[in-house]
Amino acid sequence: MSGVLVIAEHRRGEPAESTHELIAAGLRLGSEGAGEVRVAVIGGGVTQLAERCGADGLAEVVAFETEASEFEPHLAQAAVEKLLDDLQPAVILTGHTVDSFGFAPALAAWRRLGFAPNVTAAEWNDGALRAHRGVYGDRLVAALEFDRDTTLLMLRPGAVAAVEPASTPVRTERLDAAPLATHIGYREAATEGVDITKSEFLLSIGRGVGEEENIERFSELAEKLGATLSASRPLIDAGWVPSARQVGQSGRTVKPKVYLALGISGAAQHLAGIRDAGTVIAVNTDAEAPIFGVADYGSSVDLFDLADELEARV
Amino acid sequence: MVRLVVPIKQAAALDEDFELADGSTEIDADFLESDLNEWDNFSVEAAIQIKEAAGEGEVEVVVVSVGDDDAEEALLACLAKGADRGARIWDEALTDLEPLMVATVLAAAVRREEPDLVLCGVQSSDAASSATGVALAGLLELPHVAVARAIEFDAAGRTAVVDRELEGGLVEQVSVPTPALITIQTGANEPRYATLRAIKQAGAKQLDELGLEDVGLSADDVEAGRGARTVGIAHPQRGESSAESLGEDAGSVADRIMEIVGEQVGERKGA
Repeated sequence: MSGVLVIAEHRRGEPAESTHELIAAGLRLGSEGAGEVRVAVIGGGVTQLAERCGADGLAEVVAFETEASEFEPHLAQAAVEKLLDDLQPAVILTGHTVDSFGFAPALAAWRRLGFAPNVTAAEWNDGALRAHRGVYGDRLVAALEFDRDTTLLMLRPGAVAAVEPASTPVRTERLDAAPLATHIGYREAATEGVDITKSEFLLSIGRGVGEEENIERFSELAEKLGATLSASRPLIDAGWVPSARQVGQSGRTVKPKVYLALGISGAAQHLAGIRDAGTVIAVNTDAEAPIFGVADYGSSVDLFDLADELEARV
Repeated sequence: MVRLVVPIKQAAALDEDFELADGSTEIDADFLESDLNEWDNFSVEAAIQIKEAAGEGEVEVVVVSVGDDDAEEALLACLAKGADRGARIWDEALTDLEPLMVATVLAAAVRREEPDLVLCGVQSSDAASSATGVALAGLLELPHVAVARAIEFDAAGRTAVVDRELEGGLVEQVSVPTPALITIQTGANEPRYATLRAIKQAGAKQLDELGLEDVGLSADDVEAGRGARTVGIAHPQRGESSAESLGEDAGSVADRIMEIVGEQVGERKGA
């Protein structure tokens, strides 16, 4: 068993940002002694797409054609199983992303692979793989080791800096299997006349606002400050703030000059959405909240006291 | 009768003032507070809504959990919400549990139920693996869909139409044959709360306490399914750009925020 197999992430003909992060992580393991690094791009009509999933240092890119036009978890699993049998890699890297949630754990369980999801770092040391992952809302990090010939790691988006795309030889394979799930269609996100991705100044609120009746106050404060109101996932799930204003992996990726986060703890899926933000100011009464790990400025002051003071200044 | 099985978890949260012993690979239980996993409120609600939409006695909802005594509280909460019966599987030999081991135990328990549909939470709040549900589907060889925002289950037609939540607010609608396993995302519905009275009455419902042997497994079988070993737990190393403190006086914090916004964004209308 040798080598690293990277499973590319893509949607509607476009490689995901995480693909070249996975390649970077794979190349690092390769340089540490894990062996040759290959990329597999799985789906219907992926040969063109595969040309864009290369990088310097890769052995090859495999365009794995299937009968499904869109992501199909059972065919993705079957294709990776075929590659597992043919290439016998020591490490398989997938994203810790919505598509990989759909097949990677099933593959790992079925084929009894070493396995770790939500991985933030991996290294190859003297022939042994070690991985790190966040636990308890990222307040702690666990170090993991593995006892199998092949280990599948699901790497969290944004954990590793991407490598530059470059041309790599593409080989095509074909899977003869019918999809189990049928794609019906896509539905675009409702924008409701708001585009938080265009705002230069976002005032973003999270669980810390406590009650639904407090939303109005922060909405008004945002308006007075010339900011756009956005929110973290729990407030959207609760139905307090419309989904068009959601920041994070399942919401929007934003790039304001100033991101003022009030009462947001900073779950990984939220932080993935503010990677490209300019100055991040975090206010949270929990001084250990993960948001402070990415903030430029921070305070643990009560956010309602702060709102009083900000209101007095506009 | 149509049977829905919902695997759930009693999830743990860290106390604010937890301590980490040197060289430990687990947290002392004294520093943990546990409750029904947030995501499982939504998977249980989805199952109960399917049951309520069907005729009386047509759908049975079974909740199962792999966990010690503590997990009984979570199972009782689900019975109080409207699940019909529950099962808890535990063995003291189960240590350093990770998703593939939990899936191994669940697979043995769920297979016996011959479910028409298995609904899991996308992830648990403590481990955030997003893996146990789909790993279970892999072991049971069930069709599966991850991260559902909505499900329409046609029991007679043996299909489920699922809205998958993708990135950036995009939704994909897919259909899968059932029996199938679907993982449910938060926000998929409005979970009900069980009243204290309902929780007391839930004690009268069937709640089986099973050992590994009761589901045909040994501790070695479960260990053989292990995906990883935890070799250490530590505080995270924060990035070099740790946040500059704005102080703890609301007035001066507000002053500094106005300054920073003024510098970075410039004069805004109304400011």
